[in-house]
Amino acid sequence: MTTRRTLLHSAIGGLALAGTGLAGRLAQAALPQGTLDSQRLESLPGKQPLLKRSYRPPNYESPPAAFAQDITPNDQFFVRWHLMNIPQVDAREWRLSIGGDAASNAVEFTLEQLRGEFEPVEVVAVCQCAGNRRGLSEPHVPGVQWGNGAVGNARWRGVRLRDLLARAGLARDAVEIAFAGGDLPALEATPQFVKSIPTWKAVDENTLVAYEMNGAPLPHWNGYPARLVVPGWAATYWTKQVSSIQALGRPLSGFWMSTAYRIPKGKYPLIDRFVSQESDASMPVTEILVNSMITSHSDGQRCAAGRPVVVAGLAWDGGSGIREVEVSIDEGRSWRSAELAPSLGRYSFRGWRYAFTPHARGPQGVMARASSLQGSTQTMELIFNASGYHNNVAQRVALQVV
Amino acid sequence: MRPTSPPILLLALLSVAPVVAAADETALKLVDGPELATVQANCSVCHSLDYVQMNAPFLKRVGWEAEVRKMIKVMGAPVSDEDAAKILAYLTRSYGVD
Repeated sequence: MTTRRTLLHSAIGGLALAGTGLAGRLAQAALPQGTLDSQRLESLPGKQPLLKRSYRPPNYESPPAAFAQDITPNDQFFVRWHLMNIPQVDAREWRLSIGGDAASNAVEFTLEQLRGEFEPVEVVAVCQCAGNRRGLSEPHVPGVQWGNGAVGNARWRGVRLRDLLARAGLARDAVEIAFAGGDLPALEATPQFVKSIPTWKAVDENTLVAYEMNGAPLPHWNGYPARLVVPGWAATYWTKQVSSIQALGRPLSGFWMSTAYRIPKGKYPLIDRFVSQESDASMPVTEILVNSMITSHSDGQRCAAGRPVVVAGLAWDGGSGIREVEVSIDEGRSWRSAELAPSLGRYSFRGWRYAFTPHARGPQGVMARASSLQGSTQTMELIFNASGYHNNVAQRVALQVV
Repeated sequence: MRPTSPPILLLALLSVAPVVAAADETALKLVDGPELATVQANCSVCHSLDYVQMNAPFLKRVGWEAEVRKMIKVMGAPVSDEDAAKILAYLTRSYGVD
């Protein structure tokens, strides 16, 4: 469902970009000054230095160096928690309970049982915070002021959620599957972070309860000992330290479903529906919009006139797969196809590269935009919402040719 | 369909040993002001104060008011009316754009 607005922008992209208007707007998107002043490169235990956004609850984004490859290393993977009390889980004590009013046979599993009693499954999938790039919203909106690094790509290994639900006797009339994680609030009055997904997404063969990430146990900060992996969908549904799964005959309510993580209805080129949570005006975030990053170069970087420049980056979407990445070196007047790296799967980051030789000394803009197999292309101008979700504006870096 | 409340068991809060991020939030320095102590006493119960620094400067008074109200009404922060007024005055003056 591509919106008229998206189509219009794509169709007139070349014309609109003939002036400097678009390039100017793209270049202007910047984090708030207070965000820049308060950010620090700091290491949480077991992590490489990440960009600190907040200490408590811990919110740290991956620095640009983490995106030099298409799999994000565990110790550079971003960290995002809603509530400040994050238990240090002892895997021997941990239990995953599965039940709910739409399950006939409540069950409980140890980590050992997950590993031993179910078929292990692997999927490479992008985990992206719904608010990735919120800090680049124009106008700025309140929340964690993420730059580009609240996203990562990993090879997840675990068990299919549907296999677990089958053991719990999932009822045919289950509407949603809800998850509770480990983090708890400081105050009893604060809503616990509980989320749900529609049953159709829960029983998708790619939706997992994962206990490994890139061949190792999950890092504590990324949900050890087990977390939800909901390929294609925003990370708000990827419950960390998951301890309880409930099949529900009615939609889940509560702040984190009914108020937070919602977007205006019909404004974004999305296909997946979460019907039981839709209202007249708004809907929950669902799948990730097609997006890309330029990872080889940053603003102000110098390159030599007459020498080839290889621009490289990553592209991803909500699970249809990447069809094409295009690069423009003339502020969007013309676009050329980049070379795509081998695919690691349709939910994964896809590497890309594009070589060109600049001749004129001075500023040299480079823009990249990805298109998905489902037919969506990154937007050229922010499609705004008051929560800063779904920012997939095409990126531009300003090189300096010397 | 009528919505249902979160059915998930709320674990006994006291039985969980919290592991707070080891990093040093005590080094955070907010703009000085007569209401700063009130801000520290109320807001840092649930979150580090870099949330304030990070969200600036772009909120007008009405924007900061919405944040303070959200913390009280939604997040259940037990902030008195008197303290809420002080917090709002501080945030608007020190981290706002009005």
